[in-house]
Amino acid sequence: MADTKVKAASKASNSAGKAKPTPKNSTSKSNGKAAVSAAERQQPEPVEAVQPGAEKAAGAKASKTAQQPASKGSFPKETYMTWFESMLLMRRFEEKAGQLYGQQKIKGFCHLYIGQEACVAGAVSALRQGDKYITAYRDHAHPLGLGTSPNAIMAELFAKQTGCSKGKGGSMHIFDKSVNFIGGHGIVGGQVPLGAGIAFAEKYNKTGNLCICYMGDGAVRQGALHEAFNMAMLWKLPVIFVVENNGYAMGTSVQRTSNVTELYTIGEAYDMPSEPVDAMHVEEVHNAVARAAERARAGEGPSFLEFKTYRYKGHSMSDPAKYRTKEEVEEYRMRDSIENVRHTILTQGMATEDELNAIDEKLKAVVAESVEFAEQSPYPPAEELYRDVYVQEDYPFIRE
Amino acid sequence: MRTIQFREALREAMSEEMRRDPSVFLMGEEVAEYNGAYKVSQGMLDEFGAERVIDTPIAELGFAGIGVGAATNGLRPIIEFMTFNFSLVAIDQVINAAAKMYSMSGGQYSCPIVFRGPTGNAGMLSSQHSQNFENWYANTPGLKVVVPSTPYDAKGLLKSAIRDPDPVIFMESELMYGDKGEVPEEEYTLPLDKANVVREGKSVTIVSFGKMMKVALAAADELAKEGIEAEVIDLRSVRPIDYATLVESVKKTNRMVVVEEAWPLASISSELAYNVQRYAFDYLDAPVHRITNADVPLPYAPTLIEAALPNVARTVKAVKEVLYRK
Ligand SMILES: Cc1ncc(C[n+]2csc(CCOP(=O)(O)OP(=O)(O)O)c2C)c(N)n1
Ligand SMILES: [Mg+2]
Repeated sequence: MADTKVKAASKASNSAGKAKPTPKNSTSKSNGKAAVSAAERQQPEPVEAVQPGAEKAAGAKASKTAQQPASKGSFPKETYMTWFESMLLMRRFEEKAGQLYGQQKIKGFCHLYIGQEACVAGAVSALRQGDKYITAYRDHAHPLGLGTSPNAIMAELFAKQTGCSKGKGGSMHIFDKSVNFIGGHGIVGGQVPLGAGIAFAEKYNKTGNLCICYMGDGAVRQGALHEAFNMAMLWKLPVIFVVENNGYAMGTSVQRTSNVTELYTIGEAYDMPSEPVDAMHVEEVHNAVARAAERARAGEGPSFLEFKTYRYKGHSMSDPAKYRTKEEVEEYRMRDSIENVRHTILTQGMATEDELNAIDEKLKAVVAESVEFAEQSPYPPAEELYRDVYVQEDYPFIRE
Repeated sequence: MRTIQFREALREAMSEEMRRDPSVFLMGEEVAEYNGAYKVSQGMLDEFGAERVIDTPIAELGFAGIGVGAATNGLRPIIEFMTFNFSLVAIDQVINAAAKMYSMSGGQYSCPIVFRGPTGNAGMLSSQHSQNFENWYANTPGLKVVVPSTPYDAKGLLKSAIRDPDPVIFMESELMYGDKGEVPEEEYTLPLDKANVVREGKSVTIVSFGKMMKVALAAADELAKEGIEAEVIDLRSVRPIDYATLVESVKKTNRMVVVEEAWPLASISSELAYNVQRYAFDYLDAPVHRITNADVPLPYAPTLIEAALPNVARTVKAVKEVLYRK
């Protein structure tokens, strides 16, 4: 997988423009249930001065932008602390989910996000309230980053009635309308046209909001993506397509699926501003999403971002991941995105080791509480079976 | 006789046919290097090489269509869908191309292809991963649709499907791959148009196919304890359907219950009920009953799955209803 490593991010294709300060501090409500402080997220403000001239029309080669080194330290302390807390919550939550799967408390398919945390945290910090999110089945971290209660997500994994989808969706179908998280989708690539459609509605209603649509590297080979990319670009829909390139679709490496292995270049076929992003650095994610958001809100249409990332665990809980080497996994662990944030916080004196450990302890308690909550919640009763199938309340189901 | 797993029976069928006929190849997601998402094709890459055991990107519409094109041009592809839920991405090529090639070319181009993979629920996977499409495909003229229930049937039917000159949809189940059953060492094939009377009886006919056969047979065991002798018929194929065997049975038992995993509307059970009333009306002593999935997307929670899926208790109850017994 070595070649999915970021090559000094030197290849931004059609990308243009630079981050502008995003609107501030959209605190989000978390489902009414047991909000945690990570939910009270803050929108960071890049301190870096914005060079007016850098905001070019889409299509301009923005090598200037792309060649900048990881802009560590250019965000304020609050931003780093928010990232740290949000990403560590994802990590602790997923570690626990993995354990609970082992104990058969969680069943079905369960895909963990461990290793990919920056992909969500950096986007949430760069976007604003009202923007919509959609992704595939590897979907626990997106709502966590948006402020959905861990209780509601854990309860969903436990198939309990208090889960965000009332125990009907499970791990692959977390939805939370209160934070604009439009799901977890199980058909690879299926969410890509949906993301474009969500953006279509925002444009139609002239809201100024956008949709960020995540997908795995496996999804970029689906025809649906190519059809959607074409129309999204043709109609300048306010959508940010993001491929979380973790190197593998199940056991199949990116290299084995196509001659086109620099995935961001796929967008270029549609003249879509596209760029690779080192997604082991949350700052890079934030900046790239901010640039894409600015284009979307300026009416310039979609962007395609390739987040170079890695999943430390198997594809799902049943995958022994024999198709890759220990060394490869280790290599990525060495570049861990949370460790990067921790390092910056400590070296910049934004917090002490003890303070970070205290946050970790707090998050572990939050996760433990979510397990407790899930354990104690009831399963949905049989009557629930016929609810939520049609909006029409007296729909005449066939019943024997 | 030796006992092997369902997945091994499928693997033997494919491997034997690939040894016999060089135009047969296997294509699908994770079939080669990963040895199959459910290990059905384990070892086949080693034996047949990457030219005949072919990994694809996640691109169902594309590789299904490539299979149809190859079949039209003389090869005999086996296209594996990781599950039939994902075949919906590919269904245009199956229905609009494979099923119609022979007809629209006026008999010039046939399409000898097998599309295979698991169908139906496999536990707590929620609605997008828990669907039955047997009746969807069975609705389409030009296709044959086979749904085996045992390792023995799986092997014999898959070999026939691969040799068949027409496109065959072959539906398995994740929940059956580990099932063990007797399979002879010697070569055999089974016809694609014959139902199997698995258990004889005279009180009632229980009809099913695929993994619901287990429910049907377990219900028959229960009923036997109360002196009710159920005849249990495994359709094996749902297109074509062996109505002769069914009607024969109903003439003897005068009652029929169908157990099917799919949703009720326009299902195989609807179709069976129609034909049995049409051709054995005078022999029926009670309306045909059926047990199907609830008329809803299958949710994730175990309580809801339990309430939705066919099971032994519901089947026993339906049988008693057609027997007018408490
Ligand atoms: C249309 C479709 N085909 C196949 C599958 C089975 N499947 C589930 S996940 C997956 C791999 C996807 O990998 P990728 O897109 O890279 O996402 P990641 O799991 O790495 O996040 C496959 C083949 C599916 N869910 N949908
Ligand atoms: Mg991947």
